[in-house]
Amino acid sequence: MVDVQFRFRDDEAVNDPAVTVDAFSEQSNATAVRIEPGEDARALLPYLDRLALVEVNFPAWTDGRGYSAARILREAGYTGEVRGVGDLVIDMLHHMRRCGFDAFAPDKALNPTDAKNAFERWDNVYQATVVDGRQAIWAKRHPA
Amino acid sequence: MYKYDEYDQQMVDTRVAEFRDQVRRRVAGDLTEDQFKPLRLQNGLYLQLHAYMLRVAVPYGTLNGTQMHLLGDIADKYDRGYGHFTTRQNIQYNWIKLEETPDILAELAKVEMHAIQTSGNCIRNISSDQFAGAAADEIVDPRPYAELLRQWSSFHPEFLVLPRKFKIAVIASEKDRAAMRLHDIGIKMVKNDAGEIGAQFYAGGGMGRTPMIAPLIREFVPLDQLITYSEACLRVYNRYGRRDNKYKARIKILVHELGRDEYVRQVEEEFAHLQTLAIEPPLAELERIKAHFVDPAFETGLSDDLDLTDPDFRLWVERNTTAHKQPGYIIATVSLKPVGGIPGDASADQIRLMAKLGTQYSFDELRVTHAQNIVFPHVKKADLYTVWKALDEAGLGTANLDTVGDIIACPGLDYCSLANARSIPVAQKISERFGSAQKQAEIGELKLKISGCINACGHHHAGHIGILGVDKKGLENYQLLFGGSEGADTSLAKIIGPGFTEDGVVDAIEKATEVYLANKQGEERFLDTYRRIGMDPFKEAIYG
Repeated sequence: MVDVQFRFRDDEAVNDPAVTVDAFSEQSNATAVRIEPGEDARALLPYLDRLALVEVNFPAWTDGRGYSAARILREAGYTGEVRGVGDLVIDMLHHMRRCGFDAFAPDKALNPTDAKNAFERWDNVYQATVVDGRQAIWAKRHPA
Repeated sequence: MYKYDEYDQQMVDTRVAEFRDQVRRRVAGDLTEDQFKPLRLQNGLYLQLHAYMLRVAVPYGTLNGTQMHLLGDIADKYDRGYGHFTTRQNIQYNWIKLEETPDILAELAKVEMHAIQTSGNCIRNISSDQFAGAAADEIVDPRPYAELLRQWSSFHPEFLVLPRKFKIAVIASEKDRAAMRLHDIGIKMVKNDAGEIGAQFYAGGGMGRTPMIAPLIREFVPLDQLITYSEACLRVYNRYGRRDNKYKARIKILVHELGRDEYVRQVEEEFAHLQTLAIEPPLAELERIKAHFVDPAFETGLSDDLDLTDPDFRLWVERNTTAHKQPGYIIATVSLKPVGGIPGDASADQIRLMAKLGTQYSFDELRVTHAQNIVFPHVKKADLYTVWKALDEAGLGTANLDTVGDIIACPGLDYCSLANARSIPVAQKISERFGSAQKQAEIGELKLKISGCINACGHHHAGHIGILGVDKKGLENYQLLFGGSEGADTSLAKIIGPGFTEDGVVDAIEKATEVYLANKQGEERFLDTYRRIGMDPFKEAIYG
């Protein structure tokens, strides 16, 4: 199993092996599942209350479906861990946080200094993704 | 025009710092070229045949004199003294050194410019009508909506690695000057029966290998749902656009394969969901942006008279100017297509001259057109002769807008690593063959577009006459297409028959213009005559 290199949660990490989406729907006691790029995150929505970990796999970081998958889970109210695994790159870490990822297990460990800079680089954001809890620039321009 | 506030400035400054860091990691060997490539592309940096090419964004084609002046200075300092204006209203430099790009971006940021998302599989620079805010026929100025979308699409965390690039155009008049329906998303601002402004959405258009005209996907999106609806369109595409084959990855293929109705159904479903989240900026934000686009302080009571005694000036006025909404003013287009020149190229001195004239005579505003020309949107008619004189002395007075000499061409095999054939020499030969002003005037409007490969960066599908360069057993070969249009009457050009050599294609075009002139009725343009009489008479003359 690949190590989690960055985690932004206070709860105990889930160490159960993540099962595939297919296996998960047949296995009522599983608490961890892994989504592959072509799979529909919405298939998990009926089961969110029993899930503690969703791994979103990136065979290549340039396949952007996983970013939508994470955000869809968060939009549906899922509060468990969303862990990016696979081909993760420094330059997407901040954007992944914004889509709702809160744990990162890259295939190859990333330079911790560069990663820290990347996570902290953007003081402001143009969009409301809602799931990252950040206020968009337009909201700051027009305080309620 | 739009002016950055502290937030906008901070965003571009942060991007410069991020890119500087990426270049540092690349030079240090922490990033391989394969890893670096998608990152640099999102900053408009390509590795071409001979050097790096940097594409700088000109959002919706609008820029001020200070910005234009800097573009000239960058051409001198970091390139070989010229820049190339592109079909997406941007500018690119063909001889850039990797190590210098962070400094170039830092200089650009100082004048509120950047190269963000001018390449890569993300939402690209948003294009618009080059006459926005000046045109007599527009419902509203489309640029505030384009700016709202620019901010939304910049660094959108969910849509940074789409299946393929994504191009959006926003227009607001019946006469489409931005090829709106040949975009991944085309937006036309409209007024509904209740008199409210909203957005009509088209999706799935594009050129490339499989040209398609975008179907209408929604009649009316209210202004307070623009971002939410756009987000729905993008999410469906990001999730279901094909990623198994890069040539089938554009949204046009998804819309085509699903069918327009099914794509619309999925978008509406996602739209309904997204409306339950608070992702839409308030209308106050749109109002804030709009305040940047109010009319300049036009003088009133000006005369509409022009002294046309200078015949060269008269020709230029007839060819290169367009009616302005304000009496006493006129829109002037500077052709970057001198006879025998490279379409869209301008020297550093020419760029700075246009900057100066724009500041002095056009309320500090200039535009880049998708046809690779420059516009002074608000010139007082009384100043027009002075402006033209200054342009003409700098080799910028060519009177050929929308004629056979006003060619759109991609960089082709002279620069581009994807090209199969050269585009520029063909453009130059055609421009010389039809160089006389008299000949161009006789032929009138004839939009000619050249691409050096099937990726269609030169828009050959949308040319009244299109030329496509291909590689035929190691030799450059040129196919000829007729009948395309990018206007409100958008149509795709069809290949007329076997291809030609470089000289052969120039001869064939000359024969085609002869057929046109012999068959022309009344005020018909080449395209009208072609549509009326069909391809056969042309084929007969060319191959017969």
